[in-house]
Formats: sequence, C-alpha cells, structure tokens
Amino acid sequence: MSTSDRPSPPRRVALFVTCLVDLFRPAVGFAAVKLLEDAGCTVEVPPLQVCCGQPAYNSGDRESTRAIAAQVIDAFEGFEAVVVPSGSCGGMLAHHYPGLFDDDPAMKARAEDLARRSHELMAFLVSVLGVETVTARYDGTVTYHDSCSGLRELGVKEQPRRLLTSVQGLRLREMATPEVCCGFGGTFCVKYPEISNAMVSEKTADIAATEADTLLAGDLGCLMNMAGKLQREGRQVRVRHVAEVLADMGNLAPIGEPEAKR
Amino acid sequence: MQSTAHDFKDNAGAALADRNLQESLATLKVGFSERRRQAAERLPEFEALRDRARDIKNHALANLDFYLEEFERKVTALGGHVHWAPTAGDARRIIGDLCKSVGARTVAKSKSMVAEEIALNEHLEALDIAPIETDLGEYIIQLRREPPSHIIAPAVHLTKDQVADTFLEHHTPLGFTKRLTERNDLVAEARHVLRQKFLDADVGLTGANFLVAETGSSMLVTNEGNADLSNTLPKMHIVLASIEKVIPTLEDAAVLLRVLARSATGQESSAYTTLNTGPRRDGDLDGPSAYHVVLLDNGRSSVLGTQMQDMLRCIRCGACMNHCPVYGAIGGHAYGWVYPGPIGAVLTPQLVGVEEAGDLPNASTFCGRCESVCPVRIPLPGLMRHWREREFERHLTPRAVRQGLALWSWLVRRPKLYRRVTQVANRLLSTFGRAEGRYHALPLASGWTRFRDFPAPPAGGTFHAQWVRHGGARIRP
Amino acid sequence: MSDRGDPAREQILGSIRRSLRRGELAGAARAAAEERLASPPRGPIVRRAKLPHAEKVALFCQWAETHNATVARISGADVPGEVSAYLARNNLPAEAAMAPSPQLESYDWQSQKMLALRRGRGEGRDQVSITGAFAGIAETGTVVMASGPDHPVSLNLLPDTHIVVLREADIVGGYEDVWEKLRDRYGKNGMPRTVNTITGPSRTGDIEQTIELGAHGPRRMHIVVVRD
Repeated sequence: MSTSDRPSPPRRVALFVTCLVDLFRPAVGFAAVKLLEDAGCTVEVPPLQVCCGQPAYNSGDRESTRAIAAQVIDAFEGFEAVVVPSGSCGGMLAHHYPGLFDDDPAMKARAEDLARRSHELMAFLVSVLGVETVTARYDGTVTYHDSCSGLRELGVKEQPRRLLTSVQGLRLREMATPEVCCGFGGTFCVKYPEISNAMVSEKTADIAATEADTLLAGDLGCLMNMAGKLQREGRQVRVRHVAEVLADMGNLAPIGEPEAKR
Repeated sequence: MQSTAHDFKDNAGAALADRNLQESLATLKVGFSERRRQAAERLPEFEALRDRARDIKNHALANLDFYLEEFERKVTALGGHVHWAPTAGDARRIIGDLCKSVGARTVAKSKSMVAEEIALNEHLEALDIAPIETDLGEYIIQLRREPPSHIIAPAVHLTKDQVADTFLEHHTPLGFTKRLTERNDLVAEARHVLRQKFLDADVGLTGANFLVAETGSSMLVTNEGNADLSNTLPKMHIVLASIEKVIPTLEDAAVLLRVLARSATGQESSAYTTLNTGPRRDGDLDGPSAYHVVLLDNGRSSVLGTQMQDMLRCIRCGACMNHCPVYGAIGGHAYGWVYPGPIGAVLTPQLVGVEEAGDLPNASTFCGRCESVCPVRIPLPGLMRHWREREFERHLTPRAVRQGLALWSWLVRRPKLYRRVTQVANRLLSTFGRAEGRYHALPLASGWTRFRDFPAPPAGGTFHAQWVRHGGARIRP
Repeated sequence: MSDRGDPAREQILGSIRRSLRRGELAGAARAAAEERLASPPRGPIVRRAKLPHAEKVALFCQWAETHNATVARISGADVPGEVSAYLARNNLPAEAAMAPSPQLESYDWQSQKMLALRRGRGEGRDQVSITGAFAGIAETGTVVMASGPDHPVSLNLLPDTHIVVLREADIVGGYEDVWEKLRDRYGKNGMPRTVNTITGPSRTGDIEQTIELGAHGPRRMHIVVVRD
C-alpha cells in the first residue's frame, strides 16, 4: 500500500465494528483492520462498543438513542480517530449524535468531539490518510453500489473507486443508477416488504445489466439485502464488502454463499 | 379531499400491481431526475441559488405576519381584495360566496394543490357551480374523478390509451366521436373543448406559486397557459393561496423562479410566469373586473417556530417525489391524500393528523435523495424522523415494534450480555445455514425472506469473539 | 373583508405571532424587513445574465429558439414585411389581431396590401396576434409583456400564432433587470394588471411525460427582434 507524498505517522485508531459486521460478516472488520494497519495505523477495538443506535433513532425512540449514543461516546473517548466500515453507522456518529443532546451542553460537546473524530473507512483511507493504492488482486468485473448515507451524508463516492483501480485484475463497470437506494433502509425492509422488494428488484436488474460478476458496496445492510435478492432470483453475482476486496480477501466465500469444504 | 392515508399499505400493494402505473413510473424516475441534473449543470450558480432560496423562505417565514400585511396593503391599494381563511371550511365558504355574488355557473380552475387540500370542487358542485379543471392533467383526472398522483404532473399515472378512452367517453356528447391515438390529437381536442369553457366561465380560480409582498402580486408558473386564460377571460379572478406562499420582493421571486423550473421539470424556465396585481385598470381592453386573494392558514401558522417549520419552505416543485425511490415504486395515489412523496410524508401528518397518516413518514429508507435535490433544502428525512418521534411519544408506533425495540435497546445497553447473546445467535445462524450459506425462510424474518434469501454468517464466531480469541492481534481469516 | 377588525385576519396573524413567540414585528427586525422592501437585495449573480449587450441579444435569440420559438433579426422598417413573409411561409392567413400600441403603429403596415389587421383585444377565433414586448430576458429567451390599453393580455394567449415584435434595446440580462424596468415605468408602488413572462409556445407534458406544443396558449411563437 502506498500513500501520497505525506507519509502519515502511525495513528491510534479505534474501529467501530458495527453490529451487522460483528454478527454476520466479521471478515469486513478484519479487512478494515488490515487496510488501516497497512496505512500505518494502530488499530484498537474498544470492547464496550455495541450498536450506534440507528434502529431506535429511526423508529423515533429518542430516549433509547440518547442512552446508546452516550455509551458509544464513552467507549470511543480518547481515540484520535474512530473508523467505521459503514456509511450509515458512520453518518450516525458523524452527523446525528450532536443533535440528540441539544438540551445537554456537556454531552453535546462530547458528541461533537466524537463527530469530528468519526470517519467512514473509505473516506478515512483516501481523504484523511491519503492512501492512493492497495496491494490486492481480484479477477473479475465488479460494479459498485453507492450506499445512501455514505454517499449523501459523508461524501463517499470517488474514494472506493479510486482504491479499486489499483486492484490487479479488477474491472469496474458502473450501473445506470448506482446512487439509487437498494430498498434496505434498516427496519424499512421488514415494515414495508412489498415496497422494499420493488426497490431491490430494480436494483438487481440494474446490477445484472452491467454483466458484472461481483457487486461491491460499503454497507453490510445494503449488501445483505442485495445479495439475498440476487440469490433468490438465481443470479450468479458474488456480493462482497468493498473492504474485503481492497484488503486482498477476495477469496472468501461471498455473502450468502457456502464456505468451501475444508 | 378525503384522506386514505391510513390505508397506505393496501394502497401501495395495489399500486405495485398496477402495470400502467408501473410503466409511467419507470419513465418518470429516469426522465425527471436526468433533466433536473442537466439543468442544474447548465447553471453554475445553481447551488448558490438553492442556498439563497432557502434563506429567502426562512426570512419570509420569520416575518410572515409583516409580509402578509404588506401584501394585503398593496393588493387593496390597487383595487383588489384580500380574504383571510383560518380553516379549509372558511376558504370554501369565502370562495363559494364570491362565486355566488357574480351568479357564477362555471369556474375555470387552474391547477391548485391548495384547492385539492380544501376539497373545493366538491363544495362548488354542492352549490351547483361547475368547477372546470383546465390544466390538461387535472382535466383528465377530473373527468375520471380521480385525485392527482403528482403535484406537477397530476395524470402521470395514466397512459395515452387511458386518456383516449376517457376523452371518447366524455367528449362524445360534445361531438368528438373519434377515438384518438396520438398525443398531439388528444392535446388539440382538449384545447378545443376547454377553450369554449374558458370563454364561458364566470370566475377564474388559480393558485399562486408566490405572493409578492412588495407589489401585492400573485405569481403563477405554468407551461400550458391555462392559468393565464383563467385570470384574463372571466370577470372575476380568485387567487387561493396558503399563507406561506408570501415572499418579500420581486428580486426574491427571481431567485426562486430560477430554482423552481429546473427542479421541477429540468426546464430553464416554464413557458408562462405571470404576475397579477389587482383587477383590470382604466383603459385596459381585457382582464377581470374583480380580483380576490384568499389566504389560507389551515394549520400552517402553528407549524412556525417548531422543529417542523422547515416544511413551510416548500415551493411545490415535485423534485422530492421525482427522486424518491419509494414514490418511484408506488406512485402518488398510495399516499392517500393531496401531497405525495417525501413532502407529502411530512405535510400530510400535519394537515390531516398523524393518527391518520402515520405510515407516510415511516415509509422511507431515509436515503436522502429528496433532501439532496430540494431547491429550498428542506431536511425531509429529518422531518420524517421527527414525525416518527412524535408517533413513538404518543404510543402510535405498533405494539410489536415498540416491544421489540424496548427489548433490543435494553440488551444493547448491556454490552457484556449483548456479546453473549450475539455469539449464540451467530453460532445458530452459521451452523444451520452452513450448507447453503443462506436461508430461504427464517422465523421472525418473514418480511425479509418472503422476497429474498437471508445470508448466514460464516463459521468462526462474531468479530468480537474472534478478536478476543486472537488477543486483539491482526488475523487473516 | 380586508379591514383590521376582521376576526379571521386577527386569528391568523395572532397565531403566527404566538408561534413565533413575539408580538407585532417591531424594532430592528421590522426595520430590516421594511428596508428589504424599499431596496430589494439581489440574489447570487447569474453570470450569463451579465453579458455585454450584443451578446445578450445573441443569447436571447439562442434561448428563445431552444424553447421552440422562431426568431428573425431585422431592422424596424422591415417589420411589416417580415410579418407578412412569416405568415406566408407558414401557410397562415394574412390577417391578425394587433395590439394598439404606438410602437407597432410606428411601422408602415400600409406597405402590406394583403395583410388585414384588426386592432384590439384577442378573441377566441383569432389565428394570429401581433404584439410588442416590454422586455426580453437574455438568460432564458423570455419575452415580457406588460398589460395596458396598448397591450391586451388576451393577445398573448388566445391565438394559435403569436408574433412578438421586440426591440433589441429592450433585451436585458435577467429577471432583476425587468423588475428595475418595471419600477422605472410604473413607479415603486405601481404594477400593470398583468405581467406575462413567456418562454416559447404553450406546452404540456401531461400525457405520458412527452412534450406537446400548443396546450392552451399559442402553438407557435415568432419573435421579430428589431435592430436598434
């Protein structure tokens, strides 16, 4: 991995794993650790971290969200940077926490401090650390879905694409509408399953039209939604988190596919 | 109009099964957003204009009483009349009385969402006064007795064949007995039929895109010219506008016009932008002899000063619905009332009650595309979230959701316990899903597995378990 | 109705003030709002509205044509001839309703023996109208019509074909320049009954999102730009 002419000193970075990665796709967390370490960071995983609180926040349960946010703020106190391999959880920390504490100046200041230190993984690597290339190989044609929060709240668009150009053997073929929501939306997909299904069906058609063999994105929720739909439709598209490919972990079983027999 | 927002889920299901609608939506999703993008790119100042547009509306709202009084003063000075309507019923009564005062039998109406909001047509019909919708799209849906499905393209859900059938049915008594197949012929026939109605109408009723306090002018933006015929040919012109339409000056209007058409249709400018100021003047050869403005509140003033105030900046361009993937999936009727899409999801609970329209602010993935294109930068997802908070506070959130949420947040606040529970869940899901790598059905997740598979986690435990097991060292699975 | 004793009026204004947590607007805030009305501040400058005059004229013509109008650039003496020629080119009858304006009367219509002109407002059966224009807006190719005894609004709307005679000198950059011109002509507290700003022929996209011209207003707009 090479960085631009300003070699970054090692940084003490905390990884916010996210609950979906923890439970369903630990490899994304390890890929993030590798990418950060290769860029010269020391990575720690604060043990008391759980969830960023989005399910409560987006359901209107402000009190629970505040309690959870306070817990996250405590857990990540003192780290130079908090890195999240998810745009929506990253956006939660970087944008939404301070507004939860409008009536509590002390907590608001701490939330703003955390917000300043919080970064989505791709944005942190490229825009903060100045990483320009990675050492990885992936033989295939990939298409990249821009997850909504990462794109619109955190400006994640060019960064993953820039890093992907340095992956040997990888070709990127864009969808017609990579910025349109996949229909996941957290609890939305189970509260309004028919609408969510219409949205994800349109997305999988767009993916299929690229004839890419691999779908990448930066948010596991969206990836599970799209993978599940692609598989239900019987489409032969492998689905992975972008960090896995960048960390040269492209040999793992794709999301929702069985692991090779040992 | 009568709200069916409480039936949102059923409405949405019907919309998803409507093939004509789905075809129209497929065109809409691509067409409007691409044209808007190009229009924005052609104007380098577009983003700065959006900022300014937001600021203008914020300023107008913060001084709303002042600008309304100024507007009234100017209208009155030029011989017009201003009527204040706190409620929809007040507005209906005022307009009905005005129509009766000139013995009106027909009213030529130019598309007005506020008129839909107060169900004006039904009221006029009850008074034996025929309201004639003159915007082509509104005319079509009036013949079909349907509500609009989009605020700037009311008949966007219909195909030309459906329009042809409708015209054949309704125009045959007028002597048009041929079923048309071409769009331009349909437009020409409607023009012909409506021209006579314009000439016969006693009253012209329009909405207003903006009310300009500086000059006392109502400003109307259309492409067809129907609003202009409505405000020129009949002897009385009534403007029905909600109070938040007032802006300070013509200079402010210039800014808002620049973002309105581009956001709405991707046009550099709509075909007709018209300022009406008072009635016909001495020496004028045409124009109405009476000019009335009805200012409708209908709950808006109570939104000022609250966290919901931003919704009052809306200039009704429709960009939020054109870019909304949920609107794109189900169209406008599913929202069940006058204003669909993201702006409908925040306005409707305000105007008809959150008990009635509680689904609307929930039926969003918070993808944020609406906010990213809104010309006045309304934080639509944030406002939808505020509604969800109010629903939660008032225990309107479904019981199962509340209970699930309570259990989950209790667990999340106990990290050590949470860790153990997730480890068990991880092990179960990975063990039973190992063979196929995914589930075709899962208890408690039928909403998901009805339409898609559910990925199983690989063997090896949760991230945190593996991290601890390896002593926090970097490992390569 | 619109008097201060109207309870509905007081109810709305009172509700606004309660929500904004203040009484009637007063002090510095009121002064600022009054100042805004007295000297309206302009929004962000749109560069394409700020060109030298000759380029404004060219930009006007370009945008007008983009918006499906046709444009002819001629000298004043040629206006009647151009009108006749346009009608002939488009197989339109050589008769028109014309606005009774001094500007239009200054042209030598007698030179067009075949052209039958009727002065007055528009009627439902008119095929063609001829009007002047208060201004042209370069930014969008828009013509601006100010109503009055010399310019009935109906002429802008009823006929199938609208011929607009616009002096180059009346072409300005953007909307703001039109507002200044209106204030110069009608005074700060005056406005004509109607100001129509019209950009190309009438159109609709209401059937299958496909643009068709001539929805209610003119199907054709021909702009005769008269050199200074």
